Amino acid sequence: MFRATWKSLLARKVRLILSGLAVVLGVMFVSGAFVLTDTLGRSFDQVFADAYEGVDVNVSAKPKVALGEMEGEPVSAPVPAATLERVRAVGGVAEATGVVAADGARLIGGNGKVVTSFGPPQLGENWVGESDLVTLREGREPRADDEIVVNAALAQAAGVKVGDRVGVLTREPKKEFTLVGIFGYSGGRDSIGGANEVAFTTPVAQRLMLGEPDVFTNISVKAADGVGDERLRDDIAAALGDGYEVKTGQQMSADAAAGLKEGLSFFNKVLLGFAAVALLVGTFLILNTFSIIVAQRTRELALMRAIGASGRQIIGSVVLEAVAVGLIASVLGLAAGIGVGALLAYLFGKLAGGLSLAGLGVPAAAVIGAFGVGLVITVIAALLPALRASRIPPIAAMQDVATPDRPLTKVTVGGTIVTAIGAGLLFLGLSGNADDNTLSTILGGVLFAFIGVALLTPLISRPVVSLLGAVFAWSVPGKLGRLNSGRNPRRTAITAAALMVGIALVTGVTVILDSAKGSISALAEDRIKAELVISGAQSGPRPPSFDPAVLEKAAAIPGVQLVDGEYGDMAEVNGQRTWVAVSSNVAALERIFSAKATAGDISRLGPDQMLFSSDAAKSRDVSVGSRVTVQLSRGEARTYTVSGIYESSELTNPVVLPPQAARDFAIPQPIQGFLQLAPGANVDDVRPQVETLLADSPEVSVADRAAFIKQQTSQLDGLLQMIQILLALAIVIAVLGIINTLALSVLERTRELGLLRAIGLRRAQTMRMITVEAVVISVFGALLGVAVGTGLGAAVVEALKDEGITDLVLPWGQMGLFLGLAAIIGVVAAVLPAIRAARINVLGAIAHD
Amino acid sequence: MTATVGREAQAAARANDVWKVYGSGEAQVMALRGVSAEFERGRFTAIMGPSGSGKSTLMHCLAGLDAVTRGTVMIGDTTVTGLGDAGLTRLRRDKVGFIFQQFNLLPTLTAQENILLPMSIAGRKPDPAWYDTVIDTVGLRDRLGHRPAQLSGGQQQRVACARALVARPEVIFADEPTGNLDSRSGAEVLNFLRDSVREHGQTIVMVTHDPTAAAYADRVVFLADGQIVSELIEPTADTVLDTMKKLDTPAEVAR
Repeated sequence: MFRATWKSLLARKVRLILSGLAVVLGVMFVSGAFVLTDTLGRSFDQVFADAYEGVDVNVSAKPKVALGEMEGEPVSAPVPAATLERVRAVGGVAEATGVVAADGARLIGGNGKVVTSFGPPQLGENWVGESDLVTLREGREPRADDEIVVNAALAQAAGVKVGDRVGVLTREPKKEFTLVGIFGYSGGRDSIGGANEVAFTTPVAQRLMLGEPDVFTNISVKAADGVGDERLRDDIAAALGDGYEVKTGQQMSADAAAGLKEGLSFFNKVLLGFAAVALLVGTFLILNTFSIIVAQRTRELALMRAIGASGRQIIGSVVLEAVAVGLIASVLGLAAGIGVGALLAYLFGKLAGGLSLAGLGVPAAAVIGAFGVGLVITVIAALLPALRASRIPPIAAMQDVATPDRPLTKVTVGGTIVTAIGAGLLFLGLSGNADDNTLSTILGGVLFAFIGVALLTPLISRPVVSLLGAVFAWSVPGKLGRLNSGRNPRRTAITAAALMVGIALVTGVTVILDSAKGSISALAEDRIKAELVISGAQSGPRPPSFDPAVLEKAAAIPGVQLVDGEYGDMAEVNGQRTWVAVSSNVAALERIFSAKATAGDISRLGPDQMLFSSDAAKSRDVSVGSRVTVQLSRGEARTYTVSGIYESSELTNPVVLPPQAARDFAIPQPIQGFLQLAPGANVDDVRPQVETLLADSPEVSVADRAAFIKQQTSQLDGLLQMIQILLALAIVIAVLGIINTLALSVLERTRELGLLRAIGLRRAQTMRMITVEAVVISVFGALLGVAVGTGLGAAVVEALKDEGITDLVLPWGQMGLFLGLAAIIGVVAAVLPAIRAARINVLGAIAHD
Repeated sequence: MTATVGREAQAAARANDVWKVYGSGEAQVMALRGVSAEFERGRFTAIMGPSGSGKSTLMHCLAGLDAVTRGTVMIGDTTVTGLGDAGLTRLRRDKVGFIFQQFNLLPTLTAQENILLPMSIAGRKPDPAWYDTVIDTVGLRDRLGHRPAQLSGGQQQRVACARALVARPEVIFADEPTGNLDSRSGAEVLNFLRDSVREHGQTIVMVTHDPTAAAYADRVVFLADGQIVSELIEPTADTVLDTMKKLDTPAEVAR
């Protein structure tokens, strides 16, 4: 039996290559994700190990507001200079250095634009001298207040050299400095993990980065010879008491790396999610291939049964074949995944400003994932055809059986049930009744819906395919192609369903994002009563900001009626992490953002008063007159009295504090500015004047409202593009499926094709016939996908109605594009099978058994 | 030895010193060794011979389905030898009709669509009077809307005959057309083929190993070991059987 299986596998290796390829692609995605995140993870380990190499013990104050990895860089509370003296007094301390290092030092490059880092921090520091890690490559250390040194990577990115006058944005507006030196790191590195660093003299760093004199971000301690790091840490902690975090250098690097890895593991999960989609599509493909192969081998299998093989042996033979395909595909997929992971890690390293990569590693998870997924998926997909094979009666060997059309009743009933389960899960998940399991309920619902629809597809396929094919029925090859595609509804259905999954997901996501975009745009156009907006595109963790002085100057421009600058920060409000905002002009809430008061007065705000949105007030159980404690990134906790509550909308923040509070924000500068013009004032007259004011704030620009809305929603476009690229893999696999189905059908119909050629069908006509079949199948799949995707998208949009997505926007253009694309996919997929069909040897085909 | 048969100048198909060699070296098989034959217009010719005698090969070569190694083949005034794929396709479409032993019809098309398929591929319209005559002769008028799976074997083969006839080709090649049928259905089909020759002047060349089937022909050509060895005019089942018996003994050497 084993021998027979092996021989039959070898005989059909070409047919199995395509389905194997589907597994290879899926496995590649899975193992590539693991290899990528593992390599990046170890690279970051190395980065932080280097960064804390010369530090035995580190002392910092606890951050006032603890932040998660995805919420930005936490701002640690300042360490007073006096603490440095106390640390120096502890026995066993050889050397203690006060360090200033905070995110937000933005260098203006030679082109007048701010140099961005795309992720890693932009540190503003005090120069503490050369060390084992840091050496000056050029020039000298900063001595005067207007002198700085920068790391080599930043100097290169900015295009500046020693002796240049360069502008730097910090907590304070743009200041000019002379670049007096450029430094690098041990091992010839230009940066540590892509971070940009600007080093000032210590007093300047304290003033510009921390906003107060004689404080540090942390104290770096070197232990005396013979003193253990842990012991010294405990001694210092005991000497300083509460309020300080004292850690060894090792702990510091481990903690820093752990934070980043949290982000990486999220990234990994996203990639694995897309891999799962690709594998689901691959499953359809493998199922179809094995079904067709079993159908074609009916006589062979029946003969085996006739000469004494048991049904179990037949199942074993088919499953064994699947195991072989799965194993080979997993090995290839793993190899490809390692390659792709390495390539992506390399690209990531380049993008992140020269992150030096740790050696490529293959984590156990990648290997286990590859083989687990590859084998399990293939075997599961082959199980159903195997069962069918075992039910072939021995008598079939003697008969000339064309695979009979089995009734679709069972499949249809099953499909209806599964679809209903999917719809139920979706409803449960989207209606918010699934508690903690919302996401998994929704994902399960989508999965069930896909499988259910796939099961229902054979039933739909007859009328729809016949309708689609009618377009081509004017020519004989077109008519034949149309009839062929309607011939085996199951086969057509599974092939089309594979394409459906990818297209449905892309359509669904497009519907949701377009609806979100449409709703936000509509709301913004309706509610934002500002003709000009100052803002910038965010390219790292820190949003762009501008000089607050611009606000006052802008208000003085003739024709400007109202100016508001918006500040924002994460804060602890009654102990709960919350996004808080400051409007430089509280009146803007009503007059620019069309907010309506539901309680109290929201038109003004005293220094000890604060406003809540109705939602935030409800969830925190506060009302007008409540006293609320707010801890900002800096300074001490403060108690405010709630003086007003406004109706929540997408445009309003949950909490608004008085302007004075902005000083203690992590970014004490406005992030956005809104200008309302007086009636009759001309936008084109005012804008150039605002542009002049922004000359020293190159991170932002001024735009009219339409451009601002476009800019805001363009972030969603980027997200959409990324999702489309990742889902493209699922579509590629579906295309393989179409090629495979067609190739197998061509093989199966060799005699028929021979007959057609014998009675005078030309080669070109033969090719056209196959192409029509492919196009009909792929357009059918795309139609299904667009329909299912629209349904899913509309359901999600409906569920998000309360979250502000009020308008259902159907991307007709995109849908048309998908259908057109499907037609092209069909033509492309048909190329090889069509050539094969056209080359069929007429005589051989007729004699074909 | 080469026996030249068929003396009439008006040949619908002609083979001139045709050799067909498969393989090379040790594995070389000579399927045809210098066959020359003419198949007259308006006659029903049967090609007979034991298995491996080369009768199917001869028919494939005549029909342009297989290339000859040496010699020439002509259909009407067209030289088949040396035609490219496009030329052969055109030849099959316009001048030749086929009836095979099995798998003759497209399962997705109805009987009528199958019958009209060669004409629609060629983009021609059938002569309605002739079409009616053919349909009536094969007696399938009430089955035209059925698909092959809904027809009996004999009916399917009659549809295939109608398909071959409706285009009025120069010559129809039939490869064991009754091989898969019971004797009654077989007789129906053969009667029908003979009638189309007698009444409508169709030319038919049929390969068969069944003496009863051969007896329906006007003439039988016998092949053995790749060569034409004998011929019968106006055969009966008995005379065919006798000739076959004589051929059987030396034929063993062929393979």
